[in-house]
This record gives sequence, structure tokens and C-alpha cells, in this order.
Amino acid sequence: MIEDQRNANQRMMRKLVVMAFMMFGFGYLLVPLYEKICDVTGLNQVVKADEVSNTQIDDTRLINVEFDSNSRGGRWELRALESKKTVHPGELIEVMYELHNPSDISVLGQAIPSYGPAFASRYIKKLDCFCFTQQEIRAGETRQLPVVFVIDPEVPSEVHTITLSFTMFEVEGRGAINDGS
Amino acid sequence: MEAAHAHDDSHDHAPSGLMRYVTTTNHKDIGTMYLWFSFTMFLVGGVMALTIRAELFQPGLQLVRPEFFNTMTTLHGLVMVFGAIMPAFVGFANWQIPLMIGAPDMAFPRMNNWSFWLLPPAAILLVGSLFAPGGGPGAGWTLYAPLTVQQGMGMDLTIFAIHILGMSSIMGSINIVTTILNMRAPGMTLMKMPLFVWTWLITAYLLIAVMPVLAGAVTMTLTDRHFGTHFFNPAGGGDPVMFQHIFWFFGHPEVYIIAIPAFGVVSQVLPAFSRKPLFGYPSMVYATASIAILSFLVWAHHMYTVGMPVEAQLYYMFATMLIAVPTGVKVFNWVATMWKGSLTFETPMLFAIGFLFLFTLGGFTGLVLSVVPVDVQLHDTYYVVAHFHYVMVAGALFSAFAGVYFWLPKWIGKMYDEKLGKIHFWLSIVFFNVAFFPQHFLGLAGMPRRIPDYSLQFVDFNMISSIGAFGFGLSQVFFLYVLLKAIKYGEKAPQRPWEGADTLEWTHLPSPAPYHSFEKAPQVK
Repeated sequence: MIEDQRNANQRMMRKLVVMAFMMFGFGYLLVPLYEKICDVTGLNQVVKADEVSNTQIDDTRLINVEFDSNSRGGRWELRALESKKTVHPGELIEVMYELHNPSDISVLGQAIPSYGPAFASRYIKKLDCFCFTQQEIRAGETRQLPVVFVIDPEVPSEVHTITLSFTMFEVEGRGAINDGS
Repeated sequence: MEAAHAHDDSHDHAPSGLMRYVTTTNHKDIGTMYLWFSFTMFLVGGVMALTIRAELFQPGLQLVRPEFFNTMTTLHGLVMVFGAIMPAFVGFANWQIPLMIGAPDMAFPRMNNWSFWLLPPAAILLVGSLFAPGGGPGAGWTLYAPLTVQQGMGMDLTIFAIHILGMSSIMGSINIVTTILNMRAPGMTLMKMPLFVWTWLITAYLLIAVMPVLAGAVTMTLTDRHFGTHFFNPAGGGDPVMFQHIFWFFGHPEVYIIAIPAFGVVSQVLPAFSRKPLFGYPSMVYATASIAILSFLVWAHHMYTVGMPVEAQLYYMFATMLIAVPTGVKVFNWVATMWKGSLTFETPMLFAIGFLFLFTLGGFTGLVLSVVPVDVQLHDTYYVVAHFHYVMVAGALFSAFAGVYFWLPKWIGKMYDEKLGKIHFWLSIVFFNVAFFPQHFLGLAGMPRRIPDYSLQFVDFNMISSIGAFGFGLSQVFFLYVLLKAIKYGEKAPQRPWEGADTLEWTHLPSPAPYHSFEKAPQVK
């Protein structure tokens, strides 16, 4: 009887331990799942090229676009070559950013865009952007980086100013950071 | 160390003194250790809370540096959730589940010993992180990336502490589930189990399901910090918002892990002092189970402001509101249990009624917060702080007090001083409300949480709140006195001091419960 009890308990424990390990795995499974959901629903797709379907230029409206930049980590300097542009929705716009690495090691970075107001991310269609790829920048190097985008003419009429801001993040632990390579 | 090899169900070969507690496999010893451990951590977390309230007594920076203030808010949360409330209810489970289902001990007594003894090292890591270079963790108890990825060594200690606490909880839960499912006395069907046992069965399943997810989340943080992964770093293709999703997938069920055993205690206490069986027992069981299931489906209501689509916000809003239905069933049943009962108001009953009032109030503010447009305004304000302290302190903690006063005669065989118990209750409930009720107003007026300074219009309510907090803290020192007095000088308790209490520990066992009980299982009709 006592032996039976013990065996039953052991079986129960094994089941529960397996369940705990499966849930640990599930925690990690949430990562690809989350990415998949973002992919399918089109959420958070800020570093991929957009398709532009509507190329009609809306001459009746003017929108101020401000260009901003931040560099996290302090290894480099990122700045927009012009701080502001006034454009029509639907117009093709190209802006240059300049990335300079004053340190004496080369670093790998990734720019992440953000928008003010946040919902403007839906209306800024980037055709080309240096944020689509990681940038490896050597010690002392200065590089000019383009952004090409169109403001969707569907943008709500109360929007008069959009700020496009890039933050340069360091990609740690990936790629060579050897000096002068 | 031969004691470690001692026979599982040994008859008093246990070593004496300290070694008795290090090597014990007895569910009563382990339950006692859990309860004292949680009380110690409760005082530690309380000192942290009082540091916060002392700093907030006046605007401007007086006592501590802002970084240290952040550490205090972070550690106060972690210590109270993982060190005080959860171990307290595991302590209740250890003491009461075998007694209430007529089992001789827990299913895995040695694992039980290990579950407990993992806690002190974890607590040392957690509190010791304060002394690490760069100070303790300052990212809030929710440990949001990217702050956690950037902080010093104290964060690593915290992560390891959470790993160990998680292991302890999972082992404890496996023990509880197995005990309840396999070791009930003959005749005790699942639907005859006392509700406290039911709530723990459900809670233990919740713990097994979500503690590993938290372990995963902090492991990802750890590998992001040291091993070049990029789960939460946007530069490497990660996303800090994803941390919030994974954390709250754990975090919301965690809220119920804390609340559901509290429901269980109250469901034992209210019928005992109403001298009536619990109203709607089956609906209580189903309501508890539905709360547990719903808890997996609402996590993103903690993060309405991260920029999710309005459809998602609507879903989470309605799903969250849905939880009010089973919770309402429970509150209704508790009130109906008291309806036309012959009520007496001993200390456990007072705390249970205090729970009923204030937990329901906290539930209502939760309902307010579930409304997206309101939450966007109130997100991360003191309104949220007030809300979760009403459910955590007036909910879980008051129910734990009710449980301690209720079962203390069975545990130590002595009665507490009824008068002192009542004073403890009134001090607690008055100071609790003085401390936390004004925080609703502060939040509505826009005072953000986790900030050591505030603008001048918030001065008065903050002063009141701080006075209440210190009063509440001192009341708990008084509780320690009540306990020690009962242990030392308490009158001898009869087998069944509460005439309405009818579970096995009251009907079959003397007070105090003998060291080895129910070696022969009782027959349940």
C-alpha cells in the first residue's frame, strides 16, 4: 500500500516536472511567436522597406519634417545634414545623415527609427534607409548615410509636423571589433 | 549528517536544536519555518517601504539619493512578493493541507525541506545585491529591459535570486499538487475538500505554469547582459517591449497566485465565525478555476501604453472586465455565507471582513484601470500603487493575518490574547487606509510612481500617506508582540476553539496538533 502510494507520487512528480520544463521552453517559444505575430500584423516593422502604392502628390498640403538623431553609448556621433524640410505628402524625399566614429576602435551599429507623433510611423514609407542594415564603422571613419521616404498622402489632416529620429545602438558581441581591420 | 539519511517517517529520532530544523522533513516544522521566514522578509520589505515613505514625506530630496530610492522601490516589491507573501501562503499550505485532507505529511518530505532551504540563500542574494558595486537593482520589480540590461552586478544577483526562488516555488507546487491529488483520506472526494485546499491546488498549477516563464525571461536578460544575445536589444534585432509581454505572461497569473490562497483562507474563516457552511461551494470552486484560466489571457492590460493596436486594447479591456464576473461570484458567496449567520467577531473574523471590504475596493479600482482611456491617463501613477496595495496588503496580507489568528491555537496549542488581536486589527485597518487611500487622489492628480521627488501640490496627501505607512509598520511590530505573548503566555487552547470550524484538523486532532498526525487516515463521510 505504502509502496503503491510512493509509486503513484513519483509518477505524478515526473509529469509535473515535465510540465515545468515545457513551460520554461514555452517562455523561449514566446520570442519567435512574438516576432511572427508582429510580422503577420505588420506591427513594429520599422527597419524594413515599405511598398508605396499611392504616388499621387498632394500639392494642397505642406508638412514640416524634422530630422533628429541620438547616439547611444557615445562611441559615435550621428547627425542629420539638414534639420528640417517642408514637403508635400506623396513627394519623394531624400535626406543624408552623417555617422562619425571618433574612437579608436571599429564598432558595429544599428540605427532604429522612431517617430513623433508615434502614429506617424504608419505614414512614413521608407524606400531606402541606412537603418535596414547594420553599419560597421572603422575607427576615425566618417560616412554619409541616406534615407529615402515618401509621406503617405493619407496622413491625417491635423498633422503639420512629423519628427523622424534615429537612435544608433551598438551591436555588442557580434562582428569583429578589431582595431584597424 | 546521518540525520539526512534518516527514515522518512521517523519516530522522533530527529536531532535537537538547530539541526532539527536544518534536517527536518516534517510538514509542521517546515510550515513554521516558512511562516517565520516570510515574517522576517515582511519586516525587511517593510523597512524598505518606510525608507520610500520617509523620502516622500516632503518634496525635494532629503534622505536618500535617487538611485537608492529606485533600488528601494525595486527590492520592496521583490521582497514582499517573493519573500513575504508567497512563502507565507506556502507556509499555510505546508501546515494545513495535510491536516485538512487527513494525510500524514506532504508527498515528498525531503523535497519539501529543500524547497524551504533554498529560500534563505535567495533572500541573501536579493538583499545582498544592495552591497554590490553599483548598488542593487533599480529597474522596478517588473525588471523591464533595457534598464536591467544596463545595470551593475546587483542585477545579476537579483536574477540568480529569482532563479532560486522560482525553483523553490516549483518544487513546493509539485509537492502540493501531488499531496492533494494522491494523499487524501478515504472518502474525501475532490468536491469535499475544504476550499483552502482547492485554492492551493489551483494556485500550485498556476505556479508550475508561470514560474518557468519568469525564469526564462530573467535568463534572457542574463544572456543579454553577458553572453551577447539580443533578446531585448533592438540593435541586434530584439525588442524591449517583448520583455514586457513575457514578464506579464508570468506577472498576471502571479497576481492570482498571491490572491487565490488568500481567497482560500477567507473561505475557511468566514463560515467558521458565521456558523454556517460556505454558501455556494461548487460555484466557489468553479469561480476560482475560471479566475485562474482567465489570468492567462489578460496580461497586456499592464502595458496599454506600449503602442498596441486598438483592437488588441479592446480585447484586453473586455477580457479583463470579464474577470470581475467570477470574482463577483466569490464576493457574493462570502456575503451570502454571513447572511443570517450567527456572527461573532473574533480577530480572524475581523481580518476576514476587513479583507472582504478592502479587497473588493481594490478590485473596483482594478476595474477602473482596465478601461483603456482611463488607464492611459493613470498608467504608472499612484492610483496604480493604491490599487495593487489594496489587493496585496488589504487582500493577501489581511487574509494571512486572519489565517494566523485562526490556526494559531492548532499550531501552538495556545490562544492569543483576543484583546491585543483586536487592537492589532484596528491599528492595521486604520493605518492601512490612512497610508493608501490618499494615494488614489495623488494618482488621479497625476503623481507618477517610483520618483523620489514630487511637485508641491502633492505635499499634503503624501504627508498623510507617510504617517499612515509608519503607523502601519509599527502595528506589525505590535503583531510580533501579540504572537510572542501567545507563544509564551497564551492560555491553553481547546481542541476546537472556534465552534463553527468543522474541518479535519479541528474535529480529529488535539491542540497543538501532534508532531505526527493522521498516521492512520481518518474516514471522511
